[in-house]
Amino acid sequence: MIRLTRDVIDYHALTEKVRRGDCGAVVLFLGTVRDLTGERVTVALDYEAYPAMAEKKMAEIESDTRTRWPVGEIILEHRLGRLEIGDVSVAVAVSCPHRAQAFEACRHAIDRLKELVPIWKKENWADGSTEWVHPGA
Amino acid sequence: MKVMLFARARELIGIERLEFEESMTVGELRALLERRFPKVAGLLKKSAIAVDNEFAEDALQIPAGAEVALLPPVSGG
Repeated sequence: MIRLTRDVIDYHALTEKVRRGDCGAVVLFLGTVRDLTGERVTVALDYEAYPAMAEKKMAEIESDTRTRWPVGEIILEHRLGRLEIGDVSVAVAVSCPHRAQAFEACRHAIDRLKELVPIWKKENWADGSTEWVHPGA
Repeated sequence: MKVMLFARARELIGIERLEFEESMTVGELRALLERRFPKVAGLLKKSAIAVDNEFAEDALQIPAGAEVALLPPVSGG
């Protein structure tokens, strides 16, 4: 299951949703808003997406992850809009029969999401300036 | 075709979407954007182009009526 949302990510509910009797391992990854990048202080991040393509790419990541590992259930959820320090921006919850599979599947899904899904963040620095984050550009 | 703009590219160009009547390839669209908006040239080189929600190579002929998107390097997560 994949979802873009402007609401708070309820990662407890999301973790419960992936739990299954045939899965002995659940891994949850949370991306949260960090206060420092190097020596620069962040006040907030603004996330925007190209929603149709973001949802398509997230669904492809789900199905790709399912073909590589024996996933019981997987949820990828990304929040959009203004987020403050400590807020959860992204969650990936995965259940598998065994822990190594669950760790690997979760790692794969979040790595691919960060690489492929058209979502961007804008830094709102403490000095009042803003800056879109475009790695390598 | 319409070309959707995002993040720094949208802010630099100052508009959310562009419209073009001409038929062209993805590579030709890149060249056209670079000519018309020199200030995004650097970012454009690092950006992907999507056609109808799929990453597209420069050789692709853009279908009439396609939804194209200029995607600067992504930073979700």
